[in-house]
Parts: sequence; C-alpha cells; structure tokens
Amino acid sequence: MHEILEILYENAKATPSEIAALLGKSEEEVAREIKEMEDAGIIRKYITLINWEKLDQSVVFAVLELKVALQRKTGYDAVAERIARFSEVESVRLISGGHDLSVTVRGKSMKDIAYFVAEKIAPLDGVQSTCTHFILKSYKEHGAILTEQPKPERLVITP
Amino acid sequence: MKQQTKKQRLKNVLPWNAKDHINQSVRDMPPSGIRKFFDLVSEMKGAISLGVGEPDFVTPWHVREACIYSLELGNTHYTSNKGMLELREAICQEVSRDMGIDFDCNEEILITTGVSEAVDLAFRATLNPGEEAVVPEPCYVAYTPDIILAGGVPKTVPTRLENEFRVQAEDVARRVTEKTRSLLLSYPNNPTGAIMTRSDLEDLADVVVENDLIVISDEVYAELTYSKSHISFAQLEGMKERTLILNGLSKSHAMTGWRIGYAMGDPALVGAMTKIHQYTMLCAPTMAQVAALEAMQSGKDEMLHMRHEYDLRRRLFVSGLNRIGLDCFEPKGAFYAFPSVQRFGLSSEEFAERLLYEQKVAVVPGNVFGESGEGFLRCSYATSREELIEALDRMEIFIKSL
Repeated sequence: MHEILEILYENAKATPSEIAALLGKSEEEVAREIKEMEDAGIIRKYITLINWEKLDQSVVFAVLELKVALQRKTGYDAVAERIARFSEVESVRLISGGHDLSVTVRGKSMKDIAYFVAEKIAPLDGVQSTCTHFILKSYKEHGAILTEQPKPERLVITP
Repeated sequence: MKQQTKKQRLKNVLPWNAKDHINQSVRDMPPSGIRKFFDLVSEMKGAISLGVGEPDFVTPWHVREACIYSLELGNTHYTSNKGMLELREAICQEVSRDMGIDFDCNEEILITTGVSEAVDLAFRATLNPGEEAVVPEPCYVAYTPDIILAGGVPKTVPTRLENEFRVQAEDVARRVTEKTRSLLLSYPNNPTGAIMTRSDLEDLADVVVENDLIVISDEVYAELTYSKSHISFAQLEGMKERTLILNGLSKSHAMTGWRIGYAMGDPALVGAMTKIHQYTMLCAPTMAQVAALEAMQSGKDEMLHMRHEYDLRRRLFVSGLNRIGLDCFEPKGAFYAFPSVQRFGLSSEEFAERLLYEQKVAVVPGNVFGESGEGFLRCSYATSREELIEALDRMEIFIKSL
C-alpha cells in the first residue's frame, strides 16, 4: 500500500508533519500527496472508530443479506446504489456465496431496524429476499481489538 | 575418645561464610552497569523508558497459537540435543536462500537456548585457559564475562564515531597476539546501531586469515537493517569455514522470552559446542522450538511488518534527536540510536541520571557497553511512536535547561 495511506489507515489524525517525520519527507510534500489523493477520491473520508459498548445510548447494528434479481443492463448496481442512498445504511457490498448483497444498517433499536428493512429494503424492486442478522457484540473492528486486555509487561531496562 | 577428637577438630574450623565458596572469576566479576539503572528506573513512576533491548511487539499470534496447539497435543518431551530436525532444516533453507551459504542441517547447526547460550558455548568450545578473544566495543554486555567464564582473556577494541562504529581492521590487528584465538563481531550492533560494509569485512578477513582466527559473529539483529541488507563475515569468499554464525528469533520475530537461538558453522566447531550443550542444556525448550518453527515457516510477513514499523520510528526518532540538539549519526540496523552528549560537558552516566530524575526519560549510558561508549547514550526506539514523541519533547526541555 502507499506508505502515507498505510499510516493514515491506522491513524486518521496523523498530521502531515508527523507523517513527514516518519517517512523522512518534507511536510509540504506529504501535504501535497494527501491533497492529491483526496482530490482523486482515493481518500474518501476520515473516520473515528467508536467502541459503542462503552456508551450508554443504545446503537444497534445489523448485517442484512439480500438476494437480488440481476437486471439486464445494470446488473446489481442499480439496486445496490438505491439501497446505499438510505442514511440508515452504513455499507453496501456485493458478495460471493449464497447471497448477493451484504448491507450494514445502523439504528436506535432492533425494532427500528426491523421496520426499516420491512418498509424500505424488502419492498424494493429486484430485492427477492432479506435475512437480518443483528450484531450482538463486536470483538474487533478496523484492526482494533475492542475487548479489554491487560498489556503484557516488559522490564524497564534490559541489555 | 572419638567424640573429643571431633570436638578438637571442629574447634579450629573457620566459621561458615558462603562467600568463601564462590568461584574466583565469578566473585571478581563486576555487576552489569545496566543493573544500577534498572533499579533507578524501576522506582520511578511515569518514566518513559528508551532503555529496553527487546521488541515492544508481542510474538505474532499465529506463532503463539501454534505453540498452544502443540502443547494440547502433548508435545512436552525432549528433542534431539541438536534441536528438532524440521527447525534445523527450516533455518538452513532460509540461510541458504537469503545469504547464499549452504549449511548441512545435521552437522553444521545447533539450536540453543537463546543466542546467549550460543555465545557462551562458542567461547567455551574454542578457548583454552589464558587464550584471548578480541571484542570490539561498545557492545552487548555479555561477551567479556562469557570469555572470562570460559577461562579466556578478553581483548577489547574501541570503535569510533568517525567510522560510524564499524570496527577497523588495523585496530583489531593491533590487539592480536600469538595467544589470540577468535574475533567477535556483533553487527548490526547493540548499542550503536552500526552495520558493517563488505569492504570493512574484507579488510578484517586479511587479519583473520593471517592470524588463523575464528570469527564468532553474533547476528541476532541481521534481519533488522534499513536501506541496506546485512552482510555476514561468512559470506566472504573462503570465510564460511572460519565463521561461527550465531543468530536467533528474538529480535526479528519478537520472540525474546522464548529463548531460541542457533549456531552455524564448521562441523568440528558446532560439534564441540553440541558436546557442551548436551551436558549443560540437553536441548532448547521443546515448546519454544515448535513456535520457532512456525515463525520460520510462515512468519515472514509479520517480520517485515515489524521491521517497517521500526524503520518509521527510526526516521522519526533520529531526526528528532538531531533537531533537539542531540547529535546522532544514522543507525542502519538493530533498533538503537546512539547520540553523543559530549558537547554538554557531562558524562554519559551524569546525563542519563539527570535526564531520568529531571524529565523522567530512561536511556542507558553508553559506557555500560564499554569505555568507547563513554560520551554517548543508547536509546531504543522499540517503543511506540507516541512515547518516542513524548520522550523527545521531554529531552528537549532537559537540554534547554543545561
């Protein structure tokens, strides 16, 4: 992967000057490369990974598996893009295997999501079936383990 | 009558003192200079330690998992003295592929309990009482004590900043006598981060051949070089036979606690080391050998990932040191920076102690690694980027206060 992207992938907050120090480049050079990648749509968004378990307010996520009828001209794209426009939908992916689309949905409650699927997704033209899996607990997201683990200790000084 | 004699006999006996029963070499051995610093730092809360000589990464999970599975299967018995055949094969294959040197996995390799054991065995197997081994300094703290414990005499050779701490052939030649048996090389170097060039090694080869020496080459940081590959003395033409390569998985694969190392070289040398090893160690821990095999077979990607991370930190840290006024040459291997403190008019130890007390950053004074390390500090960058940045900030405040 591009070495600047690799750093930003792990830490969206890394500043051009920090990245420059890591790579032995100039700050201006790094800032320019980042700008180019933003303009080219390679860098799409800077996000924060939240451990929802630690928050009181309830947030529910579900993974939907959809069977979709292939359209003659647009394949899966038309229905996938239609689904992607809903603000409740966090991700839409075409997948191999027994289903066609995998959709992540965020809502305030299970009921919330169930209604959303029943009212907005299932009735769509081309959607043949839906299967909703509620996420009960998240162990690892975006490469970060979310369950508490004690840090292994090292001796403070060793030869 | 008998009882009386016993009483009389005991009357003249000296009171028990365990200290009178310690071997003289051991008794006379000074404690490691690193110990004092360890005690100071241990008592200090909130200190950032750049004094750690091991990776901050935990051993990759697939390696730990392979070991756990092997334990579940009940593989808890001894292995052959030389170590598991599969592990010896895997190491010989990698060395053949990476360095272009072929070693016979039955006769020319011994798996040891860490490289530390291999160093000890190498000196014990090759030195007669009173014979000498040449050791370039600054260096890892175990070589000279190991030579003394083997009955030998260490002859240290200083290395200098002007050569970026690469040992020079003429300095070695000056220390060689008719009693000299071996030359120790430890590159990439702890504590300086120096690596050797081919031409440095070729110059040394002349001295080695002329004086009929063995080269004992501790290459435990061989995988950790940046921008330039490590080159071993054994890779020089005709030098394989004269070299004992000592290496292990501690630094490259973040496996310090497992204690797996190995020695490779001439069957006579490795055979002699194996003889001592079979009586003193029997074999390296079986479960650790299983883990090492997994690391050798499928640990390359993780190893490269860790090396890349060290390289990022190296740039960040070394440029940071130079920026705040701690002059530092570019270390090309291991995970240490070795900045000079000479312009502050403080000894390494004074600087390190005051830095610890005043700004709570722990580094190791260079003199701990030999006289020629005086005037320098060993800073390990095997710690997180955040800590390195914080440490640099604190060091800058300290320097400004001087």
